[in-house]
Amino acid sequence: MVVATRVISYREALNEAIRLEMRRDPTVVIMGEDIAGGAGIGHIESVGAWGGVLGVTKSLVSEFGRQRVLDTPISEAGFIGAAVGAAVTGLRPIAELMFVDFFGVCMDQIFNQGAKLRYMFGGKAKVPLVIRTMIGAGFGAAGQHSGCHYSVFTHMPGLKTVAPATPYDAKGLLIAAIRDDDPVIFFEHKLLYDTTGEVPEGEYVIPLGKADVKREGSDVTVVAIARMVHVALEAAARLAGEGIDVEVIDLRTLSPLDEEAILESLAKTRRLVVVDEDNPRCSVAADIAALAVDKGFDYLDAPVKMVTAPHTPVPFSPSMEQFYIPSPQRVINAIREVI
Amino acid sequence: MDIPKEKLRWIYGRMVMIRRFEDRVAQEFAAGKLPGFVHLYAGEEAIAVGVCAHLTDRDYITSTHRGHGHCIAKGVDVRSMMAELFGRSTGACKGKGGSMHIADVDKGMLGANGIVGGGPPLACGAGLMAKVKGTDQVAACFFGDGAAEQGTTHEAMNLAAIWNLPVIFVCENNLYAESTPWTYHCAASDIASRAAAYDMPGVLVDGTDVFAVYEAAGEAVARARRGEGPSLLECRGFRYYGHFQGDAVTYRTSEEEEEYRRRDPIERFRQTVLSQGLLTEDELNAIDESVAREIEEAVRYAESSPMPSPAECLTDVYVDYPAAQLAFRH
Repeated sequence: MVVATRVISYREALNEAIRLEMRRDPTVVIMGEDIAGGAGIGHIESVGAWGGVLGVTKSLVSEFGRQRVLDTPISEAGFIGAAVGAAVTGLRPIAELMFVDFFGVCMDQIFNQGAKLRYMFGGKAKVPLVIRTMIGAGFGAAGQHSGCHYSVFTHMPGLKTVAPATPYDAKGLLIAAIRDDDPVIFFEHKLLYDTTGEVPEGEYVIPLGKADVKREGSDVTVVAIARMVHVALEAAARLAGEGIDVEVIDLRTLSPLDEEAILESLAKTRRLVVVDEDNPRCSVAADIAALAVDKGFDYLDAPVKMVTAPHTPVPFSPSMEQFYIPSPQRVINAIREVI
Repeated sequence: MDIPKEKLRWIYGRMVMIRRFEDRVAQEFAAGKLPGFVHLYAGEEAIAVGVCAHLTDRDYITSTHRGHGHCIAKGVDVRSMMAELFGRSTGACKGKGGSMHIADVDKGMLGANGIVGGGPPLACGAGLMAKVKGTDQVAACFFGDGAAEQGTTHEAMNLAAIWNLPVIFVCENNLYAESTPWTYHCAASDIASRAAAYDMPGVLVDGTDVFAVYEAAGEAVARARRGEGPSLLECRGFRYYGHFQGDAVTYRTSEEEEEYRRRDPIERFRQTVLSQGLLTEDELNAIDESVAREIEEAVRYAESSPMPSPAECLTDVYVDYPAAQLAFRH
């Protein structure tokens, strides 16, 4: 069968995933602040205002109505908790936590309720919930709207964590997340929304827990997450001219972790650099470094390097923000240290 | 009030079951047979039973750290409950939840909750499910006077009101949040009147009078089933035991506790039905005896059940996840 593909944005790919799943399954509902926008205002009641602050859920209300596209008050603990309760009782809610930095006001509902109910109930409940949330620096949004923080959620048993880097992966992973019977936190990098790529029309699933080799290479393995995949690819392209052959692995899913893909690559290249925009302590980067020295020690010919954000909040001024975000040059420097 | 005789028997049976269950748990706890700690519901029976009398297995409830009574009123099997408190593999949660997370989703019981104010948003979710699916199911949300001050409770009441959800918020005001009196922690002169802030009916009910609770809950449940939205009931009562077992309860006087005994919800029910000739002494005694047998049987079942295999620790975290990543790294 020939599947038609066309070039669309990361934002459009996400919108399409939600739209297709809402058509396929009437128990899929979406909720969040301004995800349609303009609730109760007569002339836009059926079309919405914003479609999410960055337009990911645009026009879904026109097709599915206010009953399934629920604008919420600015009340994250209330509506994230309601999404958990709806998931336990038979819906497949997709809740939007506008910026991941807002987890502070609703973490109990995610961590003590959503993540733990199945376990505490002895396996009698399932929580098929997706929380979509925006991550990342580079927008000048400063300390409370720019973090990555997926490490915090990856730490927690009961949650799955996904961070796509391309439009193709965004669509296939979001469909997988919606169909998954466990709670999935889905991290969307705000600087990726306008990036474009080839995406098939119609439904397809990218299984959770499978990394993707975005560039094959033989000299060093670079493991990267979300937007850092593109930073790693740029570094790899620049080093290719010098005859350094970099393999770039896009983790795609952080929990569960595709350990096999990392270790296989390490067995080939014997060198590892991890690129992660999150803060470095107790992070996914540190976790992968620990995996390499624990299960891949015999493969290693050089120390494992972590290229991450510093142990600071995200600063406002562009000069400092650009300093904060891992750059291709920092990745190149790290690779040179291990080659 | 015209309550069918069968329902009266059920109400009495559930209230007595809760009382005997909690008294027995206190005894087993004192004997050192139960791991962890327990919060007992004795004294508050009329609230859980008066509300759940209007619910079916398809309706949902959310509960609190003091959740045994809600389980029993919602029809959770007392043998599996006792086994859970003993930490046995036959427990309602296979020994993974204990007293503070005891649950049975198949009975619509969405769990006791170790987080004060953890339940109200969940109840909104159950109500949303019913609304989206177009069923007549409702969700009753039990919370204490302590949880009345949590932001989640207020967020949930607001959300239920703007979305017109079939949720009945039942505040069990047992007068103390742990050791702190509600007159100190609550700025309002009653909790029921906070309903006005969310444009829903709010009713203050004597939580020791099961007939009063039954009547108020009946109206709130009917309203929810009709699609007319949420209500708030404040059921004011007391707990006989302390906040947790082992609490010396220095914050109450013996006079206050004497007053509780004069208002005992089970005694009040007996006096009412006997004086009005609704049930006979023999009928009530027969229920007492049957409950006593069930409690004995539940304890025997729990004690004779095996402890979970330690490696069961590693199951039921996810529906689907690589097992090796749940285990120790070594």
